[in-house]
Amino acid sequence: MNKLLSKIARVGIVTEKFKPLTDPELEKLGAEIKAVIDRRFAGSLAIRQVDAGSCNACELEIAALGNPFYDAERFGIHFVASPRHADVLLVTGPVSRHMQAALLATYEATPEPKWVVAVGTCAADGGEFGSNYASCGAVGNVLKVDAVIRGCPPTPTELIRGLLSLFAKP
Amino acid sequence: MNAVPSSNLKAQDRLASCLLSLGTAGFAALKSAGSTLGPALLCVIPSENWAGAAELAAAGDCRWAAGWADEQGGAAIVHALLEKAGDYLLLRTQLPPGCNELASQTPYFPGAARPERHARDLFGLDFLGHPDSRRWVRHQAWDERSFPLRENFPLSGHPQPLTPPDRHYAFASARGDEVNEIPVGPVHAGIIEPGHFRFLAVGETVLNLEERLGYVHKGIEKLAVGRDPESLARLAGRISGDTTVGHAWAACQAMERASGIEPPPRALWLRAIFAERERVANHLNDIGMICNDTAFAFGYYQFSRLRELWLRDNLRWFGHRLLMDRVVPGGVAADLTAEAAAAMPAAIASLKRELDELKPILDSGPIFQDRVVAAGILPESTARALGCLGYVGRASGIDWDLREQSPYAPYDRLEVHAAVRGEGDVAARLYLRYAEVYASLNLIEACLGRIDDGPIRAGWHPPAESAESLGLVEGWRGEITAYVRFDGKGRIARFYPRDPSVFNWPALEKLILGNIVPDFPLCNKSVNGSYSGQDL
Repeated sequence: MNKLLSKIARVGIVTEKFKPLTDPELEKLGAEIKAVIDRRFAGSLAIRQVDAGSCNACELEIAALGNPFYDAERFGIHFVASPRHADVLLVTGPVSRHMQAALLATYEATPEPKWVVAVGTCAADGGEFGSNYASCGAVGNVLKVDAVIRGCPPTPTELIRGLLSLFAKP
Repeated sequence: MNAVPSSNLKAQDRLASCLLSLGTAGFAALKSAGSTLGPALLCVIPSENWAGAAELAAAGDCRWAAGWADEQGGAAIVHALLEKAGDYLLLRTQLPPGCNELASQTPYFPGAARPERHARDLFGLDFLGHPDSRRWVRHQAWDERSFPLRENFPLSGHPQPLTPPDRHYAFASARGDEVNEIPVGPVHAGIIEPGHFRFLAVGETVLNLEERLGYVHKGIEKLAVGRDPESLARLAGRISGDTTVGHAWAACQAMERASGIEPPPRALWLRAIFAERERVANHLNDIGMICNDTAFAFGYYQFSRLRELWLRDNLRWFGHRLLMDRVVPGGVAADLTAEAAAAMPAAIASLKRELDELKPILDSGPIFQDRVVAAGILPESTARALGCLGYVGRASGIDWDLREQSPYAPYDRLEVHAAVRGEGDVAARLYLRYAEVYASLNLIEACLGRIDDGPIRAGWHPPAESAESLGLVEGWRGEITAYVRFDGKGRIARFYPRDPSVFNWPALEKLILGNIVPDFPLCNKSVNGSYSGQDL
């Protein structure tokens, strides 16, 4: 137990102030979006992630938002286990035809108001897979999409920037 | 009984001598005299001998390493890759035109069950004597009389506007007052890939588990057809996003062997550095997630922190956090700069120090140990029967690592000693990863010490018409195989990648038996099969 406590004390809290890497507006945007989330979502934006056919790279980077460097929860953003609890569906992959019905059912199960964010190059335009006998291609071919975060996969920084920009629109 | 044609007897004799040669000095002699496919000796047999060949191979303790179908000139061709003591034998048979029936090898090799169902759904082959007649990768996106990998099936297919969900799949059932049936998925609670699990439980105890996969099938094998080498490497790098280096390397190795192209030495050292960095990143992730699944938040915090630092180094030094598109036909697309070469040893030393410090903390966490020790035991006999690979096989006593037993460049110039354990439980799979992280760090140091100067990519020239080969790489999950056949224009005619998950997923159905349902996430994470890599 001493070793454990000592390690905790020595490592400390590594969570980074969200200093933008390229965009000096981001910290300001972060504060604004936090205000938006506080006002419109009572301080918490609930996200249900849906892999609709991805290669799993996007999932790795979305999961990294929970590591102590990004700690997306401090912005009021948290990932929920059920679409019933979600405000936002974060959808990855070209939508495989075998996931089309499940994705639509997940959307139906999400209460209004709700937003769909397409994450990754495949979700944006079909990417390396496009549309074929097994793939519907872009998420936009299946659902109305409110925002797109490109990248193969998008980095955690790009994911946060994309999420913030969704609600920064007037 | 019908008389056996004498040509079949000859084929049988040759098969027997090939099988007997595996793992002996005679194998090299047979290989130099016969035809080969990459490192494998090719043995063409009549289709009547297909089951007999499997029976002989099973009796000779061979491992069934992969199986796939192909079509040339309207005739179906079926392959089975066998391995013993590091030697590979590729069985091939061609069915008479119009014939789609072949004996199943599953009765002799249980691991062949899903690959044969995959070939049945996509090629329309009927494997006689197969114990399971249910569809596998096919759900409802195409009908049971259409076969997407046949030449006459268009890539676009004939999809309906809305593909219905795959209802009425005949899951195993059980009756009784105490039995609960629990359906889970395809959309899971966490940030993970989709698939369906059907539990039969008595109280909390798992009586049976059936996996229903195929949800992320997106036509990778069909999409490969007609691609040029560069574009195939990009596709291979997206078979399973966590194994982008491993799959791209296997595909490139196969294409390079088919074309007779040697990547420059520096490129091979860099591929090994990328592959070991991929192994470290994934193992750190899994160790952290296993801690998380036992509610040991400290472990998740520490290992996810170490992984993030590692990925940031990937981005800084090689231009991509997951190293996508860094392995390309003929070599690599990112060089080792002087800055990276100078900085990497310190990052490795620092990671080793932290791992040294964290291991006793895991060891002495009583709740953590209580969860992982003796949970999800996979006996060695089951692992062998299924052909389990990588850390799943090695944690159950299977001493098999391609880098050690059948090394490809540059591992033929490195010392690899795979860690092996015998317990087969979640703890064994966890600590095996721990040992592999250290081993990979040592390998990266060795690569850095020995890397040659020079170019990082060889020029490409198209291979001969119908040139084909096999790529074999030890990915972070275990052995990856990739089969490539070219057409007459230097483009891909057939690509079949076999992810190790194909053989590790069925193990999860076995190791969960008798455990409690709440331990499923933990057991699942300890195996961590790729959905995308198995569904293709």
